[in-house]
Amino acid sequence: MAIIFYISSAVAVLSTVMVITRMNAVHALLYLIVSLLSVAVIFFTLGAPFIGALEVIIYAGAIMVLFVFVMMMLNMGKKAAELESSWVNPRMYVGPAILAAILGIELVYMLASGSNRAAGFEMVGPKAVGIGLYSSYLVGLELAGMLLLAGLVGAFHLGRRDED
Amino acid sequence: MTAIPMEHGLLLAAVLFMLGLIGLLVRRNIIFMLLSIEVMLNAAGLAFVVAGARWAQAEGQIMFMFILAMAAAEVAVGLALVLLMYRKFKTLDSDQVSRMRG
Repeated sequence: MAIIFYISSAVAVLSTVMVITRMNAVHALLYLIVSLLSVAVIFFTLGAPFIGALEVIIYAGAIMVLFVFVMMMLNMGKKAAELESSWVNPRMYVGPAILAAILGIELVYMLASGSNRAAGFEMVGPKAVGIGLYSSYLVGLELAGMLLLAGLVGAFHLGRRDED
Repeated sequence: MTAIPMEHGLLLAAVLFMLGLIGLLVRRNIIFMLLSIEVMLNAAGLAFVVAGARWAQAEGQIMFMFILAMAAAEVAVGLALVLLMYRKFKTLDSDQVSRMRG
């Protein structure tokens, strides 16, 4: 069963190597999403399913969407259309698709065999995390909220165009 | 069911962190530098979760959530700075904007 952990680790390392060696930012983003998904599967095998879900939703979802938005905003030139059609060449999907398929097979296998902590550690569920977060680490939670607000205000201030 | 050694998880976190660091040092495109920072933050969070799983404590996952919040705030401000840099200098090369006089 521990083999699931090692396969996901291999996928994570391989896709991260592909991220830092790509010349094209969109291709690197595709591989980075696969890398984050494989780390999410690793969290699942480690008995941390809540964090695995957060990794998929926030990292592979929200933060990567931010990157895609900015990348599309940066290329508003005349030849943006043909540039984009060269980026989304179907051949570029093959590598990330194969790696993601490996992760999907692992996930289906884990769900089918009912072993949601394949690495052998004890499960720490969302309940324990929530209780800890809202009791011992309440100040840290408030500070994280303030940090996110500061990030929001900072990004808005930096991103606004001067009207004068 | 025997557990995997914790060192293997920490080793994976270290390898991912080093890959992110190499990417940060080698690439000069500012978007790739931000991507490498994301990889490094993710690896640091993985180390926390592995250690938390080893002792069956929730603290590792809580620290990962703080790292997640920090990464989200950092990437929002960082990408706003990238937009600003592209609008002002028409480049994404970080060597082109290395002078602080702007």
